[in-house]
Amino acid sequence: MLSRLFKDFQGDIIAIPGRLIALIFFVLLFLFPAFTQQSYILRMLIFTNMFVIFAVSWDFISGYTGQMNFGHALFFGVAAYVTAMLNRGAPLGPHWPIWATIPIGALAAVVAGVIMCLPALRLRGPYLALVTLAFPLILLGVIFSFTQFTGGELGISGIDRMTDSRVADYYISVVVMLVSVLIMWKLTDAQSSLVRTGIIMHAIREDEIAARASGINTIAYKLFAFAVGGFFAGLSGAMYAHFLRIAGPSSLDLTLSFQAIIWTVFGGIVSIYGAVVGTYILYPLTESLRFISEYRLLIFAVIVILILLFMPEGIAVWIRDKIERQCPRCKLTNVSWRHACRACGADLY
Amino acid sequence: MIEGIIVQTLVKGSVYALLALGFALIFGVARVLQLSHTSFYMLAAYGLFTFTDIAFLGKYAPLSNPAVAIVLSLLITTGIGLAVYKLFIDRVREHHVTVMLITLAVAMAFQQIMVIIFSGQYRSAPSFVTGYWEILGVKVAYQNVLVFVAAGIVLLIVWALLQKTRLGIAIRATAQDTEIANLMGINVSTILFLVMGIAAALAAIAGILVAPTMVLEPGMLWPPFVMVMAIITLGGLGSIKGSVIGAFILALVETLVVFLLPTGAFLKGAAALLVMIIVLIFRPEGLFGIVFEEERL
Repeated sequence: MLSRLFKDFQGDIIAIPGRLIALIFFVLLFLFPAFTQQSYILRMLIFTNMFVIFAVSWDFISGYTGQMNFGHALFFGVAAYVTAMLNRGAPLGPHWPIWATIPIGALAAVVAGVIMCLPALRLRGPYLALVTLAFPLILLGVIFSFTQFTGGELGISGIDRMTDSRVADYYISVVVMLVSVLIMWKLTDAQSSLVRTGIIMHAIREDEIAARASGINTIAYKLFAFAVGGFFAGLSGAMYAHFLRIAGPSSLDLTLSFQAIIWTVFGGIVSIYGAVVGTYILYPLTESLRFISEYRLLIFAVIVILILLFMPEGIAVWIRDKIERQCPRCKLTNVSWRHACRACGADLY
Repeated sequence: MIEGIIVQTLVKGSVYALLALGFALIFGVARVLQLSHTSFYMLAAYGLFTFTDIAFLGKYAPLSNPAVAIVLSLLITTGIGLAVYKLFIDRVREHHVTVMLITLAVAMAFQQIMVIIFSGQYRSAPSFVTGYWEILGVKVAYQNVLVFVAAGIVLLIVWALLQKTRLGIAIRATAQDTEIANLMGINVSTILFLVMGIAAALAAIAGILVAPTMVLEPGMLWPPFVMVMAIITLGGLGSIKGSVIGAFILALVETLVVFLLPTGAFLKGAAALLVMIIVLIFRPEGLFGIVFEEERL
């Protein structure tokens, strides 16, 4: 039994460089507090983990079903505000504890996702992108005009901490990030024999009319994508509010929506790991450039332009294509520097 | 109050029409959403400020002259627009999402460059004309009259260009069907280049016209950005008529909200976007948009 497990591990993880890198990365994430417990670095990584969930959920909706969502911050902001309002209590009802506010915040984001679907299901391409862009901006207008509930420009502050220690916060964020990414990765796995959603979402992206003609209820699947993506984006928004202890209008900002897109496209769209890689490179990079804050956004924009012009498939996919090669005969993934396939011995060149 | 609403609507609507028209032209011809469009509006407004502000010009101050400033900022902005097209958009024109992302990054980059050069503080450009005119008991600043009249003339010129000249016919043919236009001997990439120049110039004219009436800051490109998106979606993407009519409809909505609601200043964008969404629910192709059979769901 154990030796069988070990053999699987050897064949399916060690032999494939992409998976090996992912494994090393996850182990390092878990061991990280052993190297340094600097509050600033841990805090940055906690936020990175939250934004990883956020970017991956954008990839889930827009990358896989091809429904270009330019207002992804809606989910993040709705969840952050709902969480903060429930937790703060004061003008609206009692004070809610943290274990209740986060799930309710995430569910509120699901509701927002379904509402956003009403026009989204009828529109396509640029129309859809522009309508989704509008939703968070409408909500921002509402937030600025009802300042007694929302705090206006300042937002809602003074909400509960997640836990009392930064290291515990860090582990919560890592575990939640891993579980969410794993769930979304499994749901979008086109080769999976357990769930059909992966292959159906690919079909909707490639040709929606053909998918409908094959008897797939595309509307139900698009709704499903918006609900699940909304849930995870909301989860990250709600947890972000508790980590930051403030929910402000910046959580609905245009720039946040675009950052999710940029992180994902930078890493590689329609590949869950691309969003993870993109966020883990770009967010800490832009955060650490804070000391030259005037140039930060400029550098960010220039990086995006260069990546889109010269590496349009994304950096993670580009690296994967360099280090992995598929066997032409048995379709098994090999290290690119092997000359013959590790299973069937076919020539790889 | 009704007179006030009408005047405001006409002035705002004409500025929005200039911006939306350029955007609709680019979408119609190249089928791309050029999201850095309103950054040319911002650049032109800053250009006007730079070339008229005595303190900022320093030893070149004697050169400051409104007419020179207008021509210079118009030319420079158009040049920047053409450069953006050649450097960034032209290479990835076939990929919708890439164009949207790249032009958005360009808009962010322009905003940051302006922050670095001019710092984030508020600036203002001098009016071309001072004084006001009383129409039906409403005081209308001459600057606003100028905005309306100039915008109207520019719109007429563009209309004449599109309807009466060979270039206009070529532009419309390319918008209808790029491949057939190419087969008929129209150089599509030249047309796209020219349309990009026209659109950037229209945005620059809008920026120059409104610069004296508002505070200049690098973030000033976002409010009209949202409005232009709403207008062209409402009017039907790529429809010239739709973009002009949509501009006046949404300007009316915006003005009504500002005049009638106490917190209207915050809700004006939201109300305009809400109108857009409601129209799209009932007419997914916008008011004057065309649906192609293969795009219908």
